[in-house]
Amino acid sequence: MRLPPLLPTLTLLALLGPVLAGLWGTLRAAVGHLPELGMQGPSLAPVTALVEWPGLWAAVRLSLVTGGLATLSSLLIVTALIAGWNGTRPFRMMVRVLSPLLSVPHAAAAFGLLFLIQPSGWVIRALSPWLTGWERPPDLLLVQDPMGLALTLGLIVKEVPFLLLISLAALAQTQGAERMRIAAALGYGRSAGWLFSVFPALYSRIRLPVYVVLAYSMSVVDMALILGPSTPPTLSVQILRWMGDPDLTLRSLASAAALLQLTLVLMALLAWHGAEHLVARLSRRLITSGRRWQRDRWLRFGVVSLAMLCVTMVLFGLLGLTLWSFAAGWRFPEALPDALSPSSWIRHGPIALKTLGTTFAIALAATGLALVLTLGCLETEERRHLAVTERAMWLLYLPLLVPQTAFLPGLQTLLLGVGADRSLWAVVFAHLVFVLPYLRLSLEGPFKDWDARQGRIAAALGASPNRIFFCLRLPMLLGAILTAIALGVAVSIGQYLPTLLIGGGRVQTLTTEAVALAAGGDRRAIGVFALLQTAAALLPFALALWMPKAIWHNRKDMHHG
Amino acid sequence: MDDGLALRNLRISHGERPLLELSLTVAPGQVTTVMGPSGVGKSTLLSAISGHLAPEFSLAGELCLRGRDLIPLRPQDRGIGILFQDHLLFPHLSTGDNLAFGLAPRHRRADRRLKVEEALRQIGLEGYYDRDPATLSGGQKARVALMRMLLAEPGLLLLDEPFSGLDANLRRRVRQMVLDTARDRHLPVLLVTHDHEDAEAAGGPVITLATPVSDL
Repeated sequence: MRLPPLLPTLTLLALLGPVLAGLWGTLRAAVGHLPELGMQGPSLAPVTALVEWPGLWAAVRLSLVTGGLATLSSLLIVTALIAGWNGTRPFRMMVRVLSPLLSVPHAAAAFGLLFLIQPSGWVIRALSPWLTGWERPPDLLLVQDPMGLALTLGLIVKEVPFLLLISLAALAQTQGAERMRIAAALGYGRSAGWLFSVFPALYSRIRLPVYVVLAYSMSVVDMALILGPSTPPTLSVQILRWMGDPDLTLRSLASAAALLQLTLVLMALLAWHGAEHLVARLSRRLITSGRRWQRDRWLRFGVVSLAMLCVTMVLFGLLGLTLWSFAAGWRFPEALPDALSPSSWIRHGPIALKTLGTTFAIALAATGLALVLTLGCLETEERRHLAVTERAMWLLYLPLLVPQTAFLPGLQTLLLGVGADRSLWAVVFAHLVFVLPYLRLSLEGPFKDWDARQGRIAAALGASPNRIFFCLRLPMLLGAILTAIALGVAVSIGQYLPTLLIGGGRVQTLTTEAVALAAGGDRRAIGVFALLQTAAALLPFALALWMPKAIWHNRKDMHHG
Repeated sequence: MDDGLALRNLRISHGERPLLELSLTVAPGQVTTVMGPSGVGKSTLLSAISGHLAPEFSLAGELCLRGRDLIPLRPQDRGIGILFQDHLLFPHLSTGDNLAFGLAPRHRRADRRLKVEEALRQIGLEGYYDRDPATLSGGQKARVALMRMLLAEPGLLLLDEPFSGLDANLRRRVRQMVLDTARDRHLPVLLVTHDHEDAEAAGGPVITLATPVSDL
């Protein structure tokens, strides 16, 4: 029995269908054609209205600067960290601390950072009044600053763990250790040797994820709502405002802005690609100059301090959320609350638990579907000897490269037209678009690394392909599958815009609830929801680590990896 | 000769390029050894016989076991047992379940446990049903892997350098055990190795594959 060729087709449909349909919907609405709302196009009115919006250039600049700066800084930190420390004991410790940070949802990390660095935040409390003399929070624009620096910082602390873990996975295929040995034998310093001999090979393997970070950082919504400026906000936040406006005609304006957002991201990606060539040419000069750069201590210790700072900020942010959720009274210059009480949890607990249920239901449904599709695709590709080309990898990354704000508004309008928006299933399928790529990226390596001779032995013993798949391959990959499920659940839990737009405000998850609290500024409620959101994303990872150990406690050879 | 393995003008090509062509027969209880430098197509030959040839290869000629044409059959219908250098016991199954995985399906559920216990006794591992295969010694693993294959009642044994991972002492004992068992059961055996000692111990005809002329 062969698997139906259905699965790869369905996967492509689930992956690309919403993106393409959404872009079509956005394009249609951007030229003023919205029959669902009684608007007949085409007309240039939405584009004209967008150009006349006074905040336009500030919003565009904000998106470009925060996205570009965050991506560049994250990449530099990760590169310098690997260059200076790869293979050392501090590096391994660093990786171990950074890995769990990957699954802390963006919104929770942003709230934690907010509680840390805002004028009434922990850092200033710790310095007041003994150093600063402040008895009340100073009137400083430390967050939501017009330059978007706080937002950039928030993005950096989240993207550094992502790029680091992606790089480490790719590093295994570069023969880095051998190249480093040769560079060292030629007298090159540690960092320069790595940059000159290994980095080019690594970068070509992490190029697509870097593009994802750039596209994401330029168009992020939840973090920008929490840490970014509000008058004017980033372009993506403004799109969301227009989409949520009771005046439905503003949707065409939102769609025109969405199209602009897409253009901006495409231009930024092209510019980044051009810069890659420029950097390559310049560094060729540097490489052939023969300088050995042996004194790189300043770089090594500089970057490790930066990375430690990222980790510390996220951890103290989470600690701050925890304290606020239990704080009874906590007046300004005090560094710690007067007393702790569970009253915030008691007050918000029932709603939070109900929301937690919806959150998990959506996450598990989307991840379950994605798991069946992904494993089905991998098995079908193997049985039919289909090779996945570089171009197919671009298809996989497409939903992560096209900004969410560019296609979700169009998708929502289309769903509205057929009356399918606001349902739980619509939200699940919207999440599936973003869960699928991560599941594939997470499972592909382990699936293909499985020793094919096991399958040949089993076939020789008379086992059918299905029996080999279900009785041998899947159980042997249990650890990898559970990790992939945890990743998928974390990705789904973190989704803000798809839940909000496709759910039409009817479907509430921990993320939408937490971000909605941002405007009100009730720190105790924010603490409860953001902490619960983080716990919900981390718990599956803990289970994925513990379950294989418990299930295979009597099977020594199943414990590696 | 209808009761063993027969290859008549079996040609394997990689795309348009002919890779190897050979004829050979292996009678029941006989061991034929195939030798040759690496890259000459020994593994490809084993893949062709067991039915795992990658799609970029093509196959022509005759390949029969006990008078039955193997080429149209799926790997699991060919009745060919394989032993690799690593014993490849399934790491998530107990020692006994590994044997039960191999035990031919015609045995009824109630009998299977008894059959496996009996098989464990035969290889000197009585009471090892629930043991983690990872905790077995190298020699014990080799015996379990061999028994697992025999329980599937194959009509032919393919040995893909199955002894090269073992140290000299164990190597001799495991080789003796495998070859004796095959002879006792009147199984035809095709052994691929690059070790002359293996070939001598096998005692049967030795076929040396040479690099194809086109590659020189």
